[in-house]
Amino acid sequence: MRLVLAEDHALLRAGLIQLLEGNGFEILHAVDNAASLAVALRDPAAEAAVLDVRLPPTQTDEGLRAAIEVRGARPGFPVVVLSQYVEQLYARELLASGVGAVGYLLKDRVSDVAEFVDGVRRVAAGGTVLDPEVVATVMARQREEPRDRLSPREQEVLALMAEGRSNAAIGVRLSVTEKAVAKHINSIFTKLDLPLDEDDHRRVRAVLAWLRV
Amino acid sequence: MDRLRLTGYAVAQLFLAFVLIVLLVLWIVGGVLVVIWVGLPILAGTVVATRWVANLHREMAARTLGQPVPVPYRPLPDGGFFQRARSVLADPMTWRDLAWLFVAPVVGILVSLVVLILLLGIVTGFIWWFATPPLMVARAHFDRFFLAYSRTEKLEQRVQQLTETRADLVDHSAAELRRLERDLHDGAQARLVALSMSLGMADAAFDEDPDAARRLVQDARATTAGAIGDLRSVVRGIHPPVLADRGLGGAVQAIALDMAIPVSVAVRLDGRPPAPVESAVYFGVAECLANVGKHSGAANAWITLSHETIDGAGVLRAAVGDDGRGGADPESGTGMLGVMRRMAAFDGTMSVSSPAGGPTLVTLEVPCALSSPKTTPSSAPG
Repeated sequence: MRLVLAEDHALLRAGLIQLLEGNGFEILHAVDNAASLAVALRDPAAEAAVLDVRLPPTQTDEGLRAAIEVRGARPGFPVVVLSQYVEQLYARELLASGVGAVGYLLKDRVSDVAEFVDGVRRVAAGGTVLDPEVVATVMARQREEPRDRLSPREQEVLALMAEGRSNAAIGVRLSVTEKAVAKHINSIFTKLDLPLDEDDHRRVRAVLAWLRV
Repeated sequence: MDRLRLTGYAVAQLFLAFVLIVLLVLWIVGGVLVVIWVGLPILAGTVVATRWVANLHREMAARTLGQPVPVPYRPLPDGGFFQRARSVLADPMTWRDLAWLFVAPVVGILVSLVVLILLLGIVTGFIWWFATPPLMVARAHFDRFFLAYSRTEKLEQRVQQLTETRADLVDHSAAELRRLERDLHDGAQARLVALSMSLGMADAAFDEDPDAARRLVQDARATTAGAIGDLRSVVRGIHPPVLADRGLGGAVQAIALDMAIPVSVAVRLDGRPPAPVESAVYFGVAECLANVGKHSGAANAWITLSHETIDGAGVLRAAVGDDGRGGADPESGTGMLGVMRRMAAFDGTMSVSSPAGGPTLVTLEVPCALSSPKTTPSSAPG
């Protein structure tokens, strides 16, 4: 898998390159500013991108804007956005930029190498991976709304789906069988009126419905 | 025509001079009778009447001079009779009104009589023609001298006000620095010390007990995650990253999204306010929203941000409303007092309308100009 990487801190960039290359990714371009990133993202050989939110010249949200832009130009282009802090506002903007194939993670999640690499792979495969912190804020909000028709268990399952976990991983996390997880997920799809569709897209749509994007 | 108008003022002031004498007598009588309490209501009524008559003279002076003569009284506080009385007594303008009462009847009767006699004397009509404007202008100057603050006095008041807000601000920032120091000391710094200890022990254990060393490294990673979390919350408290990224509008939308209840946000800003104002208003709105979440029991809230130009001066206005139970008292919480102080530092104001039973509306207003839309650079890494 050929990646574009944007990170302005030399140390972190070197670390990320080492980490990703050590796990079977090929770094096509590693850039440290918004202008070079725009050029790199036009490379047709690029298959996915891992971007830092803040990049020179203004050190604000260039990475996010670049992600939304490239997904406008190349629909469904997988992008993982990394940041020192997460904002629901940014999560919504990313999710609204197309169905699936987005990740939005705190930078320190990188320290759990296996988990991070797995996240990048899932995004590249069309999944949605949201940082547990974003998910937690939405969860807090859902609890205040009794009109939600999902049972507490179903909400837990949906939250883990939003973090991008597979049925097997959700089963391990909640100490239930994979079959039970599949049952919950089917019931979520029914309750959210999601049409029959390729499984991955339904999962993404369920998360979008949940976030009310 | 103009001279006839001025003569009209002269007639009015002639009659009012007698009203002034009555008021003066009431002041003296009320002042004496304060010892047996009946003086208090007399004085209260007299103060109100004096202000009313003084305002009439201010209005006439303003029209004669062609310049505004503002009503300079301090706003009366909400509260009981004694609170209001204290505020009136502390207002220097009350005492200037009184001083004016001593002199104005004499001056008023003299000037008005001269003007009227000159007009009614028929043969002296041409003197009236020439003498009336300067006489009435002199009278207006006299009134303004007593009834309005001079430039120097206004500057003195401004200096006084600036001194107070500056002292508040210095206190506030000193407290903020202490808080930051404590947060860093108890949080990130302590965790980094623990981290360095874990790594040191792991280093020593690698050869003899690799399993223990691995556990120590795992501990170290968990500690790092904690330290990063601490630093993140400290950074948010200093200057929220989303405020630097998106400006006031975006940052307010971001906190609205984090609320447990639906909060609608309307932003009507054509540019960005100066960074310090942006930050003060952001923390003000955040505090209001925190109160909505904690105390109001509201099901819905809304925020509007707008900028208007009134008399050539721009005003940034942020309003936070909710449909909760109301009864919010800005004096009761340290949070709202903090917001008030932050606003005062920019000559801004905070007003709270929160009747029992709701709804609550908090309005923050800060005079400022907007710059053209742009993003501010920041050196913090993302």
